[in-house]
Amino acid sequence: MQEVKARCGVDLARCYQCGECTAGCPMTPEMDAGPTKTLRLIQLGMEEALFSLNTPWLCASCETCTARCPNDIDIALVMDVVRQMARLKGKKIPIRETRVFQDVFLKSVENNGRLYEPGMIAFYNLKSGNLLHDVILGPKMLVKGKLPLLPHTSKNREKLREIFRKAEEHEKKAGEGETDSGHGESGH
Amino acid sequence: MKYAYYPGCSLKGTAIDFHTSALVLAERLGIELKEMEDWVCCGASPIHQRNPILASGVANLLLSLSEGISPQIAVLCAACYHNMKKAEVEMREDGKKRNEVEELSGIRFNPEVRTRHFLEILDQDLGLKALQEKVVKPLSELRVACYYGCLLSRPPEIAFDDPEQPTIMERILEAAGAETVPWSHRMECCGASHAVPVTDAVLRLVNDILASAREAGAEIVACACPLCQANLDMRQDGILAKLGVEHNIPAVYFTQLLGLACGATGKDVMIKKGFVSAVSLLREKNLL
Repeated sequence: MQEVKARCGVDLARCYQCGECTAGCPMTPEMDAGPTKTLRLIQLGMEEALFSLNTPWLCASCETCTARCPNDIDIALVMDVVRQMARLKGKKIPIRETRVFQDVFLKSVENNGRLYEPGMIAFYNLKSGNLLHDVILGPKMLVKGKLPLLPHTSKNREKLREIFRKAEEHEKKAGEGETDSGHGESGH
Repeated sequence: MKYAYYPGCSLKGTAIDFHTSALVLAERLGIELKEMEDWVCCGASPIHQRNPILASGVANLLLSLSEGISPQIAVLCAACYHNMKKAEVEMREDGKKRNEVEELSGIRFNPEVRTRHFLEILDQDLGLKALQEKVVKPLSELRVACYYGCLLSRPPEIAFDDPEQPTIMERILEAAGAETVPWSHRMECCGASHAVPVTDAVLRLVNDILASAREAGAEIVACACPLCQANLDMRQDGILAKLGVEHNIPAVYFTQLLGLACGATGKDVMIKKGFVSAVSLLREKNLL
């Protein structure tokens, strides 16, 4: 669990389990643990239990927890880091749909430089196996002129792809050890 | 007042009404929004959920595209604002982070650059008095619930108003003659892009938000984010089907209401784009 600390740059021992994050989290009804217990599992080093939680995959990144944590822990970032580590370690993802959504969204951005909403939704339905998802909304949005028929592309697409490539290299290195991660380390 | 304008992807698609109404409004207010060339997607929430430094790298590219126009960047989408402002503040305050992001993106960060949300521009740069002077059709007797959602004011480091109790949208719409209602869910999350992979949770959240707005006596909800507006507007049919609750309350962009107040037509501000029509309500108030 040193890796979570290295990637977040925050010592999670600072969490004293007050429960403020869970109290304000809009997604707790769907979550199995909520943010407070998730942090506790990290403190205890219970990796297997941590990666089996649906909690990080249901986090909507609203950052209410981060804004309200009395001990200045960026809890939404911790959720990002747990998702990132699960992917890098090839863990089974408890909520497959949110992972598929993340992938098709970013693929669309990488391909075109900009997000092409209709294409992204079509790919999402294909990859999630949920072919009829939101099919009622599509035609209605077309009629309203809310869906462009062709993707917009950007001349800076190559620059964007290069940033994607470099960030991928960076995330591998950042997980190798504490020495790579920069600020906030104390565990030597 | 000249700004480098970053629309972002939604504003050229599902939120074309936000883009169009903001441009019409800006023109009437003498605010010049010059669109940055060859902008790319900011990556919204999925980008930092994948890899936080990737989000900062892309944001640094976007910040650099303001060069040659103005270091003041105008943004309308809350998710774009969040990603760009967060990276900007982090790089200005944390030298180590700045080096890391500059190296990753291959772009030098200009510390003069400022990401500004359009609400903030109206309030601080234009000023409410100047806005008031441009109002030709006050939004009289229109009871509006101002909905902030999450990403305009979280984390608190990027907020341009009180992060827990903002009043900026209320003050602006009141300057245009609207009556705003106090209500409980103005800062509650709508679930954002979870609308696609976890739809039922979003129906639950949006149902709570709309119920709270109606309970407070609002006739219409004003939004400042394309995802908030999409969820609050387009998911009302789903709420009726799944939860059996009929809201039938329009959710529009604050720029559409202000545009009308400043004399633009319904067509100018694309008022008919909403799934839940605001037309009869606005006609009743003599705004269309």
